Amino acid sequence: MCLAIPVRVVELLPDDMAKVSLDGVIKTVSTALVEDLAVGDYVVLHVGYALAKIDPEEAERTLELLAQAGATA
Amino acid sequence: MKYVDEYRDGALAGRIAETIKREVRPDREYRLMEFCGGHTHAISRYGLEDLLPENIRLIHGPGCPVCVLPMARIDLGIACALRPGVTVCVYGDMMRAPGSGGSSFLKVKAAGADIRMVYSTLDAVKIAEKEPDREVVFFAIGFETTTPPTALAVRAAERKGLKNFSVLCNHVLTPAAMTAILESGGEDGVRVEGFIGPAHVSTVIGSEPYKVFARHYKKPVVIAGFEPLDVAQAILMLVRQINDGRAEVENEYIRAVTREGNARAQAEVRALFELRERFEWRGLGFLPSSALRLRPEFKAFDAEARFDLIESRAKDNPACECGAILRGVKKPAQCRLFGTVCTPETPMGSCMVSPEGACSAHWTYGRFRERAKDAAA
Amino acid sequence: MSRKLDIKHGRVDMSHGAGGRAMGRLIEDIFLAAFENPWLRAADDQAAFDVAAGRMAMTTDAYVVSPLFFPGGDIGLLAINGTVNDLAMSGAKPLYLTASFIIEEGFAFADLKRIAESMGAAARAAGVTVVAGDTKVVERGKADGVFISTAGVGAIPAGLDLSCRRVRPDDVVVLSGCVGDHGAAVMSKRENLEFETEIVSDCAALNGLVADMVAAAGPHLRAMRDPTRGGLAAVLNEFAHAARVGFRIEESAIPVRPEVAAACEFLGLDPLNVANEGKLVAVVAPQGAAAMVETMRAHPLGRDAVVIGRAVEDANGFVEMRTAFGGGRIVDWLAGEQLPRIC
Repeated sequence: MCLAIPVRVVELLPDDMAKVSLDGVIKTVSTALVEDLAVGDYVVLHVGYALAKIDPEEAERTLELLAQAGATA
Repeated sequence: MKYVDEYRDGALAGRIAETIKREVRPDREYRLMEFCGGHTHAISRYGLEDLLPENIRLIHGPGCPVCVLPMARIDLGIACALRPGVTVCVYGDMMRAPGSGGSSFLKVKAAGADIRMVYSTLDAVKIAEKEPDREVVFFAIGFETTTPPTALAVRAAERKGLKNFSVLCNHVLTPAAMTAILESGGEDGVRVEGFIGPAHVSTVIGSEPYKVFARHYKKPVVIAGFEPLDVAQAILMLVRQINDGRAEVENEYIRAVTREGNARAQAEVRALFELRERFEWRGLGFLPSSALRLRPEFKAFDAEARFDLIESRAKDNPACECGAILRGVKKPAQCRLFGTVCTPETPMGSCMVSPEGACSAHWTYGRFRERAKDAAA
Repeated sequence: MSRKLDIKHGRVDMSHGAGGRAMGRLIEDIFLAAFENPWLRAADDQAAFDVAAGRMAMTTDAYVVSPLFFPGGDIGLLAINGTVNDLAMSGAKPLYLTASFIIEEGFAFADLKRIAESMGAAARAAGVTVVAGDTKVVERGKADGVFISTAGVGAIPAGLDLSCRRVRPDDVVVLSGCVGDHGAAVMSKRENLEFETEIVSDCAALNGLVADMVAAAGPHLRAMRDPTRGGLAAVLNEFAHAARVGFRIEESAIPVRPEVAAACEFLGLDPLNVANEGKLVAVVAPQGAAAMVETMRAHPLGRDAVVIGRAVEDANGFVEMRTAFGGGRIVDWLAGEQLPRIC
């Protein structure tokens, strides 16, 4: 609903914080709401907090579904 | 931008639109409500409606937290700001939302009140820490996406032993509003046949809470990601459900939404907040169990308790149609004030202020489309 | 005269604006040192110079940017280049500038010197001279560090009459390069965004580029404007309003650096509304458009010049954009202050 963007975790910091990157623009945000994060993971970022991990396989699957939807009959 | 650009591919959008055009039945309308303000914005920013067939009608829902906030609650925030020694922190979108008498946070800031725009509750807590002689009030708005950040802010304030931080809580709930839309049928209601479900609310609450709309109200719900291709795909999935006579909850945003949602976020919210018996929503009236307040054990962080605030009965401009527009009953162009008295510079109602509001979206996107339709007619 | 200023540790105080010896010291050690030229050396209250026959252009501006120092520049650089650009947009050759400083009590000499030197270097690079100035000091809290106000005059080549009123349907809109750099650089600094590749303000003097464009275009050049506050959207709407036309532009044609696009995503900004300080928008008659783009691309500040759309008949004066996605939307003036979207 609200403005949220997918960002890549570039560095984990103490106290449930992390540096995340969107195309080379880096911000320090809270990861208190997401578990088991690793550098290289992508998360949905909203008002300074990571809300969910983006599942790369499901993202791939979505792109496949989109491609199918766009296939001419 | 990864996970962004792929979902903005215009060529693919065109092809999906062709599929939608092939699959819609020409003899009927498909009335789909996109509940979430973020979707309203995406649809207008990318001009998605231009790609869709005429008989798909997208109805903008009340999923814009700025838009549904009644003037009386904004007045409360302004009242705090006018108290000496108080610093009110607000999200950017709230700055110009109109309170009573044409006031707003931006206007009282100009008159000398200490209003600070923040991107995150983390910033508000930082201000409270750095400036112990200021009473910092965070004006909290938002649906379920934005509530966990407020909860964590209160936790942080508690942990740091801050005595000068409180929250003015206006958090509201999505399923309650969707129910109100469906219950407000009849002449004054709008016949919504399917919902494009919110993207990021759903990352928090999961897909489970929407089951009631499919099972009880027999309305299909497709949770859609935030990008225009996600919305296009969700529309296709809704068209298919409607054509098939199905009413299910489907999830297009599988890359970020699970059935259960974010358990940790939900736990934090449950720990800090409780349901209000009722809460007023602009356009929807008083809705039961539709909003949150801080639990009594967190009274010290509750601005309403701390400042002994009294809510006034504020009245919208009688000609302002925000209410009907939020319910999907009227379109912005049908409001007498639209474009004349009410413009982005001089907003009468929140629907024009927030970039997610239907009126703002129509201003940016719809005006020339209407004119093109007239010219063609 | 009195002792030289302690640039390293000293601060401006009320005496430096009082018109006495202290002010003279400040002007000598900081401003004269940076702007060194005969007019300022003469220490008259005004500067006198010969004028060419024909038309002159004159402009005024004030600079209140915060923070004062940002990636790619500072308030001083902005002041010189901004004034030069305002003159250049009329096709004028910028000649003489004035600079007034309103300085907050407590402002460090070192910072003031840095700003003045930045201005001196910018003026020399642009081929203009700062011939007159003024200094005022106000109490602490009354002026966010320093405010700079400028005026500038230039000479318009004979026969040249650029004006937004000359824009007609079918005229072509050319943009000199990427948009959003300056605003994104300043806002990112304010909001504590870090960068792998830093976003740098595009602050630059455009008079060299303009001179090439004017020489090459002849009567085909209708109007130019630099998209500062309000961004590209503001300029297009200003033109539309003044000329009573509409515009149709292509989003995919508008260049935006990836890191600027990303910063705008973070901040909830639309690059079309974000300020630029080294770009221009030119409206050209259709038959001159291709040559204009070539001329611009031959200049370092116009390397990324591109056609982004055209003017059309439109009683409503809408600036319509076809999105990269394929749909359409209106590009409007930004309403109110630039409020980043949050939710």
